Amino acid sequence: MSFITRGFSGRGRAGRDERLPPGQTLVEDFPVLSAGPTPDIDTADWQFTIRTESGVDTSWTWDEFMALPIEDVSTDIHCVTHWSKLGTSWRGVSVDTLFEQVETEYEFAMAHSYGGYTTNVPLEDLLDGKAWIAFEFDGEPLEPEHGGPARLIVPHLYFWKSAKWVRGLVMMPDDDPGFWEQNGYHLHGDPWKEERYW
Amino acid sequence: MRRLPRSAWHAATVASVRPETSQSARIELDVDGWPGNAAGQHLDVRLTAPDGYTATRSYSIASSGPSSRVVLAVDRVPGGEVSPFLVDELRAGDQVEVNGPLGRFFIWEAPGADVSDAPNAPDAPDVSDAANASDAPDARDASRPVQLVGGGSGIVPLYAMAHAHAEAGDDTEFRLLYSVRTPEDTFFRAELAQLAVNGPGRAGGIRIDLIYTRAAPTGHERPPMRLTRDEVARLVVPAERAPRVFVCGSTGFAELVASWLLDLGHDARSIRIERFGGT
Ligand SMILES: Cc1cc2nc3c(=O)[nH]c(=O)nc-3n(C[C@H](O)[C@H](O)[C@H](O)COP(=O)(O)OP(=O)(O)OC[C@H]3O[C@@H](n4cnc5c(N)ncnc54)[C@H](O)[C@@H]3O)c2cc1C
Repeated sequence: MSFITRGFSGRGRAGRDERLPPGQTLVEDFPVLSAGPTPDIDTADWQFTIRTESGVDTSWTWDEFMALPIEDVSTDIHCVTHWSKLGTSWRGVSVDTLFEQVETEYEFAMAHSYGGYTTNVPLEDLLDGKAWIAFEFDGEPLEPEHGGPARLIVPHLYFWKSAKWVRGLVMMPDDDPGFWEQNGYHLHGDPWKEERYW
Repeated sequence: MRRLPRSAWHAATVASVRPETSQSARIELDVDGWPGNAAGQHLDVRLTAPDGYTATRSYSIASSGPSSRVVLAVDRVPGGEVSPFLVDELRAGDQVEVNGPLGRFFIWEAPGADVSDAPNAPDAPDVSDAANASDAPDARDASRPVQLVGGGSGIVPLYAMAHAHAEAGDDTEFRLLYSVRTPEDTFFRAELAQLAVNGPGRAGGIRIDLIYTRAAPTGHERPPMRLTRDEVARLVVPAERAPRVFVCGSTGFAELVASWLLDLGHDARSIRIERFGGT
């Protein structure tokens, strides 16, 4: 249905990067978008838990988490509010590493955060080197406003899936909607398909 | 219970553009097939160049209700790609595309309004923190006062809420704390003054506190300066009265205000934030 807007030429087109999905604009800064205030979580109190269908919890304290294999990740990130940031660098633990210790048949996970945020992600979007629990950004500990001490990053999906202040994953039989998904965002969120809203 | 309408792309024709302040414009769109929107929702505007290049940005909606006439207020961000075009170039008769209405969280609806699918606060996580179990006061509880806190163009969705409150003759206590550079930079100046006339404590009434950061009107007691924590403590409905708080503005403004509100004892679950990007 697209039609031309009189007089609009745009200036972002020159040098438009192929790494930018449709409808996205490149930013240099790092905007913050969350629905509520930024929580303050001490790593001494932090814990990460995966809960399966059998009700079994596998948990890691901060120290236990830091003892896991750590990966450097360089990736592009895409926010549903139309900005993308290219070549961001993170350090964290691959979700694959965590699931080495977990038995589950369920195919979907709900990420839960300190502060109450939730977002649903299919397990296949979390495994095989596609997602991390990150605790460093750009060589520095992750700042609270960006989700520190640790956030999920699922860079191939819109960034609302990359739950800040993440505290656990609860396995689910179905792809039940999380917080933004209940509030009008797409259940899946692939930026290349512009899965923004439903 | 009616659900909030699903979002979709719509063709919009510009009905009027007029200066809101020297840096901003009020834009009225006639949106083909617009399903109406709740106060506080936003939409995406998509502009397309002759060669097919597009740019999309989000804008809050200053109006609410079933009308297909939608009001926006856009601030010119110097050097920006879209906002200077909207403020300076757009004129009546032009066409843009809009996707909306968007956002079902940062909304206010008059108690008893027909659009009653407002979501609950997010579920408390059920992962190993029993203390975090959901004992939050219901975010929709009509008896709770409402506090709006806006900075600059962050007034737009808050104005929609204040206006909807007045239209409904609703008797919820409403207060607005609004930080602007100068009197001339005040969005919806006449309309806000009109809403304030009713005053607090009357149906549809609202109390407005204006904070000027660069230049104050003559005779104004407060010297122009940025909003302070003390002022937030003094001018926001106190935490003991469990207000629902809506904060909107640039990221820096929203972060600062929200951190003060938490310090002052407000429940994080009662604070809803819309961050406009920018610093
Ligand atoms: C949910 C939502 C609702 C919004 N509602 C409104 C609204 O009602 N009215 C309104 O005027 N704007 C609103 N905005 C902001 C709007 O979407 C654009 O970001 C803004 O108009 C700038 O776009 P631009 O294309 O002119 O600038 P861009 O070309 O995108 O950016 C140019 C430069 O300005 C910076 N920048 C981007 N946005 C801002 C900003 N808001 N303030 C300061 N610097 C900025 C960028 O980082 C960049 O360096 C809203 C944003 C969101 C996410």
